[in-house]
Amino acid sequence: MLERPKRKNPVLRTRLPTLPPAARSRIALGLTAAAALGRFELQQCTSCGTVQYPPREACQKCLSVKLAWRTQPQGGELLSASVLHHSNDLFFRERLPWRLGLVRLDCGPIVVAHLHEEVAPAPSRVNVQVKLDRAGQAVMVALPNEENANMAEDRQLREFTCDPKFRKVLVTDGKTRLGQSLVHAFAAAKAELIWVGYAEPWKKFGGFDELKSLPQVTLLPLDVTDSKNVREVAGEIGGKVDILVNNAEVHRTYGIANRPGVDAARAEMDVNYFGLLRLAQEFGPAMRSRGADGLASAVAWVNVLSIYALANFPQHGTFSASKAAAYSLAQCLRAEMRPAGVRVVNVFPGPIDDEWNQLLPPPKLAPANLANAIVKALQEGVEDVYPGDVAQEWLARWRDNPKALERELST
Amino acid sequence: MSRRGYEGVAVAAPVTVPYVRYSIRAAHWWLARALASLLQESGLEKEELDGLAVSSFTLAPDTAIGLTQHLGLSPRWLDHVPFGGASGVVMLRRAARAVQAGDAEVVACLAGDTNHVDSFRLTLANFSQFARDAVYPYGAGGPNASFAFLTAYYMSHYGATREDFGKLCVAQRANALKFPHALFKNPLTLQEYLGARAIAEPLHLFDCVMPCAGADAFLVMSTDRARSLGLKSCRLLATIERHNAFAADPVQMRAGWALDRADLYQQAGAGPQDMDFVETYDDYPVISLMQLEDLGFCGKGEGAAFVRRHSFTWDGSFPLNTSGGQLSVGQAGAAGGSLGMVEALRQLTGQAAARQVQGAKLGLVSGFGMINFDRGLGSGAAILSC
Repeated sequence: MLERPKRKNPVLRTRLPTLPPAARSRIALGLTAAAALGRFELQQCTSCGTVQYPPREACQKCLSVKLAWRTQPQGGELLSASVLHHSNDLFFRERLPWRLGLVRLDCGPIVVAHLHEEVAPAPSRVNVQVKLDRAGQAVMVALPNEENANMAEDRQLREFTCDPKFRKVLVTDGKTRLGQSLVHAFAAAKAELIWVGYAEPWKKFGGFDELKSLPQVTLLPLDVTDSKNVREVAGEIGGKVDILVNNAEVHRTYGIANRPGVDAARAEMDVNYFGLLRLAQEFGPAMRSRGADGLASAVAWVNVLSIYALANFPQHGTFSASKAAAYSLAQCLRAEMRPAGVRVVNVFPGPIDDEWNQLLPPPKLAPANLANAIVKALQEGVEDVYPGDVAQEWLARWRDNPKALERELST
Repeated sequence: MSRRGYEGVAVAAPVTVPYVRYSIRAAHWWLARALASLLQESGLEKEELDGLAVSSFTLAPDTAIGLTQHLGLSPRWLDHVPFGGASGVVMLRRAARAVQAGDAEVVACLAGDTNHVDSFRLTLANFSQFARDAVYPYGAGGPNASFAFLTAYYMSHYGATREDFGKLCVAQRANALKFPHALFKNPLTLQEYLGARAIAEPLHLFDCVMPCAGADAFLVMSTDRARSLGLKSCRLLATIERHNAFAADPVQMRAGWALDRADLYQQAGAGPQDMDFVETYDDYPVISLMQLEDLGFCGKGEGAAFVRRHSFTWDGSFPLNTSGGQLSVGQAGAAGGSLGMVEALRQLTGQAAARQVQGAKLGLVSGFGMINFDRGLGSGAAILSC
């Protein structure tokens, strides 16, 4: 069991972030692509079916170069284990001792894996997952075959996840149903402290009192369109935020022809795009400096984007454009946060069941489900989240043929 | 078709450029020193060398061909053998065939590496594509974890103990005390071995080679040429080489020797019982046990019992790694693959001084190299006689 971290002594130096070795061959980044989505995929030969690892350019059995990344069964047998007490690498040197295992996967290959402390001595059954490490690259992690309640608290596993437990969270907009659901989900996930932003503090909003009654919650005025306000809030709490969830959003319907002028589009951009930029400029540096700050280090930045960021949905055309802009900026933020080991999690929901999606047919994503999906993504350590059936279907269509999706959406 | 023998081939002039823990020189410096020593030892002029084989990790961005210009050589036969611990045997057998075929008259086989304070880490980080993608990111920094896995597996499957591995390490240290170039100068007791700090369980400090800088080299030529130069030389009786053997074994408990040893002994016209000493590749003691098993000195899994039965010092019942092996001399990168070779040549030509195995007439040298991912890929062995 993890113990609640002690209050930080502000006089002591904060340990600077180091990263595990990040270099990979291009072909090995296929594993990173799968890990980003939380999928367990290995290369499989489309000619003879042989599953391959480590990643390679040609089938080790039949020499076919037609290798496809396919979901594989995750069971395996721990063949041998070791505990490192020495490492030439700074990241691991600071985290010794460190457990490693050699695992034979049921689907064939042998893998070297980080080894959860509760895995029984070899030979034993394990469940192997592919996770992103602090460098943002995929690694194998061998977990006990049987899940248990405290599994996520393994010291090593916590280096690969962004578990909210004992961490301090900022939710940028508490006024929406999604924002309030997020607060409840983080409270249930045992976040230490939850700051909840709300714009236009002179207006009372529904749910304010309920939020205020939660012991972990601190409400604070935050308007992401106000640079000065964002700077002040960051000055106050920026050095303590471990997980920032930016759910502030303006959403108007219609595309180009049906709404005259640029005011609605400008408001969307001001919150959805420039809001992210303001937050990133003010909160980013402090979070970057705390990427290795003990058990409750800064770990994640969550952007609530939209599945419309992948391909424009003309009925919500300007909103789609603002989310596409935000997605692009989020990729920039991801690159800038990566050296600190702070993960940028992009969430691409389909239509949320709220007033601005009133005319869209179901299925629509309930705010509470979206909030739970976000917390689960942090607990599991994935970085691209497509919650709900609509998002999953759009993703599949987009990956299969982005041009086809564009045509389908334009009818 | 039976394999052709190595009649008419002489192996001579074992040289070692004394190892140091760290060097600010490049690999070229070490290889140049090795070449100069070969010339001095043999009395050859540089221009008389028409063949060159090179093994080195830290020579990059150069390979053997760049070295020819660096050292002002003009060979008509050139080989680069970046196979680490297998490279000594591989260079020897290739050079022997070149000499037999007349493609070269005198081949210099050089193996050496430098070791800057941070170069070992950098070598590991870029050792191979599989290592970079699937081992190095896990923190072990090189072969420690791979050998920890197979040592743990070997111990649990065959009942070997740390004391068994320790006995080998202690005996090799005793041998090293008689080898002036060994970097370890103090005796090692079993107690010190057992009490050393853990590196990657079950491996502890004295199970792991110490990276250093250094070079080893030897010459391959015709017996006539060796005679006319007045060189003490050895005959090459047999060799084997194999890569990526037993790929389906889940954990490496054997390597190519197990596949090819019948061929080796048949070509030599001798068996394991005829060997007067053995030089194994010993970056970790478990791999010495594996070689003794695979090369037929005892059965698979009987390595520990074999260790308990014998003493392994130069004057013991089974002289093994008579100059101390890499575990007590140091691992000078790719030179580790030729350390046993030059020691065998010294033993067979009566140049082993204070650690001379009495009446040594037949010796076996084994090589093992390249932990590409979860196991060593290359294996080889050679039998030499005086």
